[in-house]
Amino acid sequence: MVRQSGDVIVDLRNISLRFGGVKALTDISFDVREHEIRSIIGPNGAGKSSMLNVINGVYHPQEGQIHFRGQLRRRMEPHHAAEQGIARTFQNIALFKGMTVLDNIMTGRALKMRCNFLQHAFYWGAAQREESAHRLKVEEIIEFLEIQSIRKTPVGRLPYGLQKRVELARALAAEPHILLLDEPMAGMNVEEKQDMCRFILDVNDHYGTTIVLIEHDMGVVMDISDRVVVLDYGRKIGDGLPDEVKGNPEVIAAYLGTAH
Amino acid sequence: MLYREAGQFRTSYAEDGRIFPIRQDRVGFALLVLVFGVAVPLLANEYWLKAILTPVLIFSLAAIGLNILTGYAGQLSLGSAAFMAVGAFAAYNFILRVDGMPFLLALALAGLAAALVGVLFGLPSLRIKGFYLAVATLAAQFFIVWVLVKFPWFSNHSSSGVVTAQEVSILGYRFASPEAKYVLTFAVVAVLALAAKNLVRSATGRAWMAVRDMDVAAQVIGFRLMRTKLLAFAVSSFYCGVAGALYAYTYIGTVEPEGFNLDLSFKILFMIIIGGVGSIMGAFLGAAFIVLLPILLDNLVPALFGDALGAGFASNLQLIIFGGLIIFFLIVEPHGLARLWQIAKEKLRLWPFPH
Repeated sequence: MVRQSGDVIVDLRNISLRFGGVKALTDISFDVREHEIRSIIGPNGAGKSSMLNVINGVYHPQEGQIHFRGQLRRRMEPHHAAEQGIARTFQNIALFKGMTVLDNIMTGRALKMRCNFLQHAFYWGAAQREESAHRLKVEEIIEFLEIQSIRKTPVGRLPYGLQKRVELARALAAEPHILLLDEPMAGMNVEEKQDMCRFILDVNDHYGTTIVLIEHDMGVVMDISDRVVVLDYGRKIGDGLPDEVKGNPEVIAAYLGTAH
Repeated sequence: MLYREAGQFRTSYAEDGRIFPIRQDRVGFALLVLVFGVAVPLLANEYWLKAILTPVLIFSLAAIGLNILTGYAGQLSLGSAAFMAVGAFAAYNFILRVDGMPFLLALALAGLAAALVGVLFGLPSLRIKGFYLAVATLAAQFFIVWVLVKFPWFSNHSSSGVVTAQEVSILGYRFASPEAKYVLTFAVVAVLALAAKNLVRSATGRAWMAVRDMDVAAQVIGFRLMRTKLLAFAVSSFYCGVAGALYAYTYIGTVEPEGFNLDLSFKILFMIIIGGVGSIMGAFLGAAFIVLLPILLDNLVPALFGDALGAGFASNLQLIIFGGLIIFFLIVEPHGLARLWQIAKEKLRLWPFPH
């Protein structure tokens, strides 16, 4: 099934990224359309996470252009990306360990909160109203991801699978247009993966969020992606519908090796 | 059995967000405020007010300041005493040089002056972290004290460098007695502690903790590291500055720059480590511990051993016990007294039927 996807929302052209002499990404171009689930796959060290870091401004590519909603984006810091509606999760969980689940998810609302620190110090009045209003939104997400029972638990005490879910909740709290997911299912058992797939598809369905997904589980990728881009050693070796990619000889070679 | 929350339902997010969601806590806290705000100044003797309670409150305020920076925002600092010095000398100069300067305004301006200096010395935090930042703030510690000594203007050209705090008066009422000074200190500390608690439980505090726990993720969410860290430095230094001004005006009365030395900075750091890093209540517990323990040992050691040990050995023994207790607390509960209190509360909720 191919879902209806819209216009190109992120357009990456000839992206090259180097760290000193190490070429992380070489001349990569692909686009992401609105409302689609776009997967990036590739062997370890292929540059998948670097790709996400380029999209949300953590890394700055030496060459190439990024067009966001048709506009050329200049050098950009992560908070600019956040302001543009890009949220993400991390490969190694990057939750705020000392805070509760609720506080972690509330941080996701940061850009939508308007009160300043003096109002916070006074608390009663505007700051409290704002806090309650955003709490309502956060509770919707907590309910959506079925984590009501742990909302007051410090995240450090949670098992891995739940931490991943809280991280997704924090990203969703920002109500992003584009959600970058870096291996959301790594280290999960089958049931947890099924849950996570359901959440990803639901987010995509309900909120129309565009999703860029890095995942190693080929079954999952082929099932839920609209289009897949394949990287290997920082180069793009395949791009297209899941079935096209699956049959691509270069992709098979990268994953399985070739006979010499 | 008394400490139960059965039947207390929170039906709004505002209720859920209270500082003390459990009724017993609210009652207990109100009693505590009444005891220390009303009963103590009426009943306690001069020695307790002057030498114990007032300094505990003032150090609590400084510890809250450091806790905001180190405990909440994760920026290690060894310059707290220097920021207190800025506050003390700023208040002195504002009152000295501006006719009719109201004391509370001078206190606020002293805090703001310290905040400004704090932001300046907070700038390196944008580049360096952890121990390296601690060394940078160490520079602040020595530099600020040096400036205050080097330029006699700050101490109004006093030949010894020592300045005597002017008399405190608000709306014509003169705060001369230990009771009055204690009440004034209590009021200022209570208001600022409440403000600090409000800050750390709202979006500002979450921003600080986010930067502390995982700065890359915080950036990706949209926090600006520079703004968040510098705000932490400003607010922290404001608290230290006000504490410094109170130290001069309601506690010792005469101050010199060298009084605000590295020892004092370390003392404040110990307070938050023992009290609890990242806890407002921990600042009070830690300050009380550090101020009270030497006094306790002062009385206890001679009482136990009499004169048998000799004065020199007795005072060394106090230091040994003091150090030993600090190490003991850190091993038993690295998260400080505040955490012990929290655990006690969790146990108390289930007592006497834990299963």
